[in-house]
Amino acid sequence: MSLPIEAAEALQIFQSAAGWEQRARLLMQFGDRLPPLDDTDKCDANRVHGCESQVWLVGSLHDGHWQFSASSDARMIRGLVALLLLRVNGLSVADLKQIDLPDWFNQLGLSRQLSPSRSNGLNAVLQRMNELAL
Amino acid sequence: MIPSPWRADFPAIAALQRQDQTYLDNAATTQKPQALLDALTHYYANGAANVHRAQHLPGAHATQAFEDSRLKVAQWLNAGDSGQIVFTHGATSALNLLAYGLEHLFQPGDEIVISALEHHANLLPWQQLAQRRNLKLVILPLDADGLIDLAAAVHLIGPRTRLLAVSQLSNVLGAWQPLPALLGMAKAQNALTVVDGAQGVVHGRHDVQALGCDFYVFSSHKLYGPDGLGVLFGRNAALEQLKPWQFGGEMVLEANYHDARFRPAPLGFEAGTPPIASVIGLGATLDYLAGLDQDAVSAHEAALHDYLLRGLAARNGIRLLGKPQLALASFIVEGVHNADLAHLLTEQGIAVRAGHHCAMPLLKSFELAGAIRVSLALYNDSEDLERFFEALDQALELLR
Repeated sequence: MSLPIEAAEALQIFQSAAGWEQRARLLMQFGDRLPPLDDTDKCDANRVHGCESQVWLVGSLHDGHWQFSASSDARMIRGLVALLLLRVNGLSVADLKQIDLPDWFNQLGLSRQLSPSRSNGLNAVLQRMNELAL
Repeated sequence: MIPSPWRADFPAIAALQRQDQTYLDNAATTQKPQALLDALTHYYANGAANVHRAQHLPGAHATQAFEDSRLKVAQWLNAGDSGQIVFTHGATSALNLLAYGLEHLFQPGDEIVISALEHHANLLPWQQLAQRRNLKLVILPLDADGLIDLAAAVHLIGPRTRLLAVSQLSNVLGAWQPLPALLGMAKAQNALTVVDGAQGVVHGRHDVQALGCDFYVFSSHKLYGPDGLGVLFGRNAALEQLKPWQFGGEMVLEANYHDARFRPAPLGFEAGTPPIASVIGLGATLDYLAGLDQDAVSAHEAALHDYLLRGLAARNGIRLLGKPQLALASFIVEGVHNADLAHLLTEQGIAVRAGHHCAMPLLKSFELAGAIRVSLALYNDSEDLERFFEALDQALELLR
């Protein structure tokens, strides 16, 4: 399974990032580039619970391929979610089931964001995505 | 410069520093003094045994040490002959013991009074008791400074009030609550009084006889002691009204297949094997703390807190929650999400707490989803705070 082009670019950028400051700046930049979510999609049904911030995740299938959109009122988690969507959008149903998403964040140098004590919500987002992908 | 003369007594502080971590989450739990580590090692290395049951020598030693700790806790709180010290599995456990063990005293329509700033541990057991027994849970509001509003309390504590349960020191707002006035109001109505001392017990010395409450609860791990251990002080007359909640182990006096009789306090409320090592460890911690110059500790904590408040005040856009007097400060930064700030402080090795601090309704009353809390201990120094401020400035520069 090859990386989507945008994901490959993101991976290269993050792998060459030096230090927490640069990673934080990059996260904010990626978050800012996340297409805005319609206000109607920012509803309780799409809300991912278990986050310190408000996070919404919407997924739908187009011709057997996933298309997710998401947003958050906090910038860091928005960046993390943007990196997630780069990796999964366009995947087939079968591919999304197989993908190792924690490993994706590990490759990006962001595995600490997935530690169980983190309440930033990335874990909850991944869990919601798994539920949607079933 | 505000150095801490006790810093080296806590080996974990140096270990955390080697990991580039600055620990300022002391209201959540504290680091432990070497005296406690030594006591745990001594107990486990010299023969563990269960307490209150075996005739053998190891059992006698363990029981002796266990009961010595009970005495030390009683002395720490100046309980004297006024009541008993019951060991539980935590402060939350102690409050649940009260909410279940006193349940038989309540009739539908009776009122339980708590305050708007209670930690979930001193809210949910009473809320659930109220639901079980069809009681009214009355919430005392706060004034602008984050203190329980006495003018409102006068009207809310009334003839239907059967129990008052309030925090001594808020884990979010860092202010001493007006306990003497509140306890007086409750006693005038013949209501039972419960004080949640989880935060209060860590700062200064408290005298349960002077306080005059029926029950006083705290957790060992916030007082530089081991975790898995809570303390419940109960006044003798109040303990007589408390029924056993959990059953089994040495709390029983006589057991038959279809009925049983139980021991009085304290053992009757200590079902199962208690956290023996933790109880012994808490005794060692109290010995250590009792050996410190309490005035010097209080002065140090006050100076650090002042340093923290002045540093926060010197920065733009920081809004404090309430008017913290000691121990901690919770704040938000205008235009900055607390989750983002927490993320960037974590990246820089600053261990503070972000979120609702187990007091969701309180945060909601401020119309906040969360806040950052910096909380201090006697081993912190001004360099810890300088590292925090530096990280805060860096984070805000990135986020703004």
